[in-house]
Amino acid sequence: MFLMPIILVIVITSLQASTFELVNENKIQVIVCNRDSGEISNQFIKAITNAGLSAITEVPKQFTPEQVTNEMHKKDALVAIDIPADFSIKITEKAKSISSKALSDLGIDSTSSEYTIGESVKLYYNPVLQQSYLRSINGALLSALELVQSKQILNTIYLSLNDSKLPAALEKDILENRVKIDEIPVSKSGNKNVPNATQHNIPAWTIFAMFFVVTSLGSGVVREKLSGSFIRLKTLPTNYLLSLLSKQITYIGICLLQVAVIFSIGVLLFPFLGLPALHLPDDLFSLLVVSFFSGWCAVSYAICIGVYAKSQEQANGFGAVSIVILAALGGILVPSFAMPDSFRILMKLSPLHWCLESYYELFLEGGNSVDVFKNVLPIIAITIGIQLLTLFKLQKNQII
Amino acid sequence: MVKDNLALYIEHLSFTYPDQTSKSLSDINLKINEGETFGLLGPNGAGKTTLMSILTGLIHFHEGSVKLFGNEIKNKDKALNKLFGFVPQDFSFYQELSPKENLEFFGAWAGLSRAETKKRTDELLKIIGLTEVKDKPVMQFSGGMKRRVNLAIGVIHQPRILFLDEPTVGVDVQSRHAIISYLKELNEKGTTLIYTSHQLNEAELLCDRIALIDEGRIIANDVLANLLSFHNENGLEGLFLKLTGKAYRD
Repeated sequence: MFLMPIILVIVITSLQASTFELVNENKIQVIVCNRDSGEISNQFIKAITNAGLSAITEVPKQFTPEQVTNEMHKKDALVAIDIPADFSIKITEKAKSISSKALSDLGIDSTSSEYTIGESVKLYYNPVLQQSYLRSINGALLSALELVQSKQILNTIYLSLNDSKLPAALEKDILENRVKIDEIPVSKSGNKNVPNATQHNIPAWTIFAMFFVVTSLGSGVVREKLSGSFIRLKTLPTNYLLSLLSKQITYIGICLLQVAVIFSIGVLLFPFLGLPALHLPDDLFSLLVVSFFSGWCAVSYAICIGVYAKSQEQANGFGAVSIVILAALGGILVPSFAMPDSFRILMKLSPLHWCLESYYELFLEGGNSVDVFKNVLPIIAITIGIQLLTLFKLQKNQII
Repeated sequence: MVKDNLALYIEHLSFTYPDQTSKSLSDINLKINEGETFGLLGPNGAGKTTLMSILTGLIHFHEGSVKLFGNEIKNKDKALNKLFGFVPQDFSFYQELSPKENLEFFGAWAGLSRAETKKRTDELLKIIGLTEVKDKPVMQFSGGMKRRVNLAIGVIHQPRILFLDEPTVGVDVQSRHAIISYLKELNEKGTTLIYTSHQLNEAELLCDRIALIDEGRIIANDVLANLLSFHNENGLEGLFLKLTGKAYRD
């Protein structure tokens, strides 16, 4: 139970890092069937490649749509792009039409022409591909399409005005020297480090691990309660609360040890595994405070389950499932900013949410101890609430 | 804490479980002197375990009074728990731990110092004959060995009164002999024993005084010789059947 969460953190972070690469470096296998014989479709494919969809495999233009989709299955490709036969013609028509309209508006005599919208470019995708990835690919295709259309329009206008082709250097200047978008993380500490999958995942899954590992404590409380040793404890002079207190101290120690091991793996071992290294926050004292209160909350929750459960099976089942639910509500499985409004109230009731917010405050936002304390306060409040629930049940059952 | 020669004084004790309407114990009155060996006998469901649970503080009661060496146990003073030891019918220890670890754990829990715990652990392991296997998990032990561990934990803190709920059930002759011998030794040193069992010959051998309980009431309470003479019986089994009947109780 101690090692499993550590393995979980390594596996999840590795998978998330590879997903991150898959989406951002576009390593998704793409099949392209170019039915067009014109030059523009080739430019389109080149633009797609430049946009990042580098793993392209072209299939013959004679392929039927069924053969294209069959090829997807054969090659384990998640996406196929089917370029229609009239692709270049239709883009050329559109370019000529827009060019003539533009020149007429400028008072330059030009032969007007109309254009009709041609057959669409088809994007086949495997249903396992999630919507976010699909949108990313769709965005890349639209961007490539706009690029070849703009180029064609520009060339047509230039040809009409100058009776010569647009010079390559000018075309490059116009089409490629775009204004770049710099992504700048805004942290409270002013740190400009770009957060990576490790920085997001290790704190999140460490919290999940902390809550998950203590389910064994809940089961242990039930086992003790159902066994004869509990009767003995109740008849001895020491109050049973001391037993619960000693369990809490021991398990908080285990939680902190686990946090230390997971963070050390993130800092020291991840670079050797080809994963981004974890950068610890500057405020290590606040990190310890957050870890302590998160651990205390997890331990209190496990004991509460143990006190209320009537069997070990009930404690194990309820403990594990409830923690997965609380993790989902708390933003560990799904980012909290992506939650629907109706879930945001429930989210605030999940102790894992506040633990996660506290860690993110330190690991991602560079917050100081005051910022962290604002998130630790709800953890303490929830923990006290859980402890009171436990005491109520113990008193009701005449155990204390 | 009050000093009293009466180890246990029960007055008008009645008890009804929350989910039941009929009383499990009805107007129980008992006086047990310090140093006495008292047998509490009765058929299944008579109320023995309920009475034991009340006396050891496992069940809280409202009707009547129970004084342990003059101290009312209804007040839930945990310090009173130092005065008594309890050997439940079920094995009441951690099966995954060794006898040594169990004794050390429960010794600490009983409030003994580290040195006292170690001394008592070594003594008791020797007395119950488990020194050789002191580090083996109890789950590997036979029923008799487990019973001996169960008894040793109950006396780790040298209580003045010891409640024993069927301490020899399911053990072989050797273990029974060892347990009874040790209980007699404890009693000779001044420990008051309150003992329940279905082993009537064992009760005859061990107890100074016997109370028969049936349907939550004390139906006989005297030294065995007086009881046999009064009811014109030759042995405890005959007396038991005469007073409680031959019908099944469970």
